[in-house]
Amino acid sequence: MQFFSGSTSTESSLLPSAPPGTGAGGPGNNVHMIYIFNRAGVCLLYREWNRPLRTLDPQQDHKLMFGLLFSLRSFTAKIDPTTAEKGNLGVPLLPGQGCSFYSFKTNTYQLNFMETPSGIKLILITHSRTGDQRESLKYIYNLYVEYVVKNPLYVPGTPIQCDLFTKNLDQYVRTLI
Amino acid sequence: MAPLVPKSGDAVFASVERVNAELFTLTYGAIVRQLLTDLEEVEEVNKQLDQMGYNIGVRLIDEFLAKSNVSRCVDFRETADVIAKVGFKMFLGVAATVTNWDAEGTTCSLVLEDNPLVDFVELPDTCQGLRYCNILSGVIRGALEMVSMKTEITWIRDMLNGDDAYELRVKLLKQVPEEYPYKDDD
Repeated sequence: MQFFSGSTSTESSLLPSAPPGTGAGGPGNNVHMIYIFNRAGVCLLYREWNRPLRTLDPQQDHKLMFGLLFSLRSFTAKIDPTTAEKGNLGVPLLPGQGCSFYSFKTNTYQLNFMETPSGIKLILITHSRTGDQRESLKYIYNLYVEYVVKNPLYVPGTPIQCDLFTKNLDQYVRTLI
Repeated sequence: MAPLVPKSGDAVFASVERVNAELFTLTYGAIVRQLLTDLEEVEEVNKQLDQMGYNIGVRLIDEFLAKSNVSRCVDFRETADVIAKVGFKMFLGVAATVTNWDAEGTTCSLVLEDNPLVDFVELPDTCQGLRYCNILSGVIRGALEMVSMKTEITWIRDMLNGDDAYELRVKLLKQVPEEYPYKDDD
């Protein structure tokens, strides 16, 4: 009989330690907003911390964001000069096929993107002075697993209404630089 | 940033939260027993266990991806290896072996020598035909479906029916490509 160690962990040890910020600025108000989509294009979570200008109604906004990522992802994979195996532009990709981008930057903001093989897309829009956010997105994915996926009341594929998740998310993005 | 190296099953198993193995085994046994009482038909219980497993798999895949750092598999062979070596190890504490590939590389067997679900279990004569571990096949099916692989899973060997190991036959039916989810007109 094999015994597994008993569980004595506290909340903080559920997760690997958060990666430190990577940019040159200080912590505080560097994150504008976050989107989480699933494969079906449902916006599971939209949350904003700093967004003075709004031009579209939320639904249109989400749809445009998803469409942008979908096209950009397929475009970046198609122009990849390093591999020979790729289909024609517009032909659907298998998940994980081809390369993927993880961020783009404009003169005012930076969009950070992560897609998991299970189709969860995380988009974090930060100030353009912030550094590489791939580790942060991975950490947010861990938060999502701990507080959303493992929440028995959460029905997969529906918008996230989970206070513990948003609370921890709020806390974490404040530390990003 | 250096690319993340996928962790080995042992490394993940060592880092995740665990429960006492006996508690786990007995809880599972209690669930199966309750299902037998509630549903009466052995076939119905098999179906229910598969469905429960499926629901678990749909969620479990995210935990698996988040903790193992596995990003993508080149082909189904690698997928099967990852399930056997990392997946089983991470969640059940035992590793499986992958054998009996068919020529196209779409069907293989996962063989479990040791299965923590069945400690203390003996099937009475009234439960012939019960797939006691049917939850496992459901979990794999659900998890693979979330990474766009439709699979069909059948039990070939079952120690509770007198075989020498547990063997799951995993057949890849198709891989679903990523489609744009919205219609053009809305």
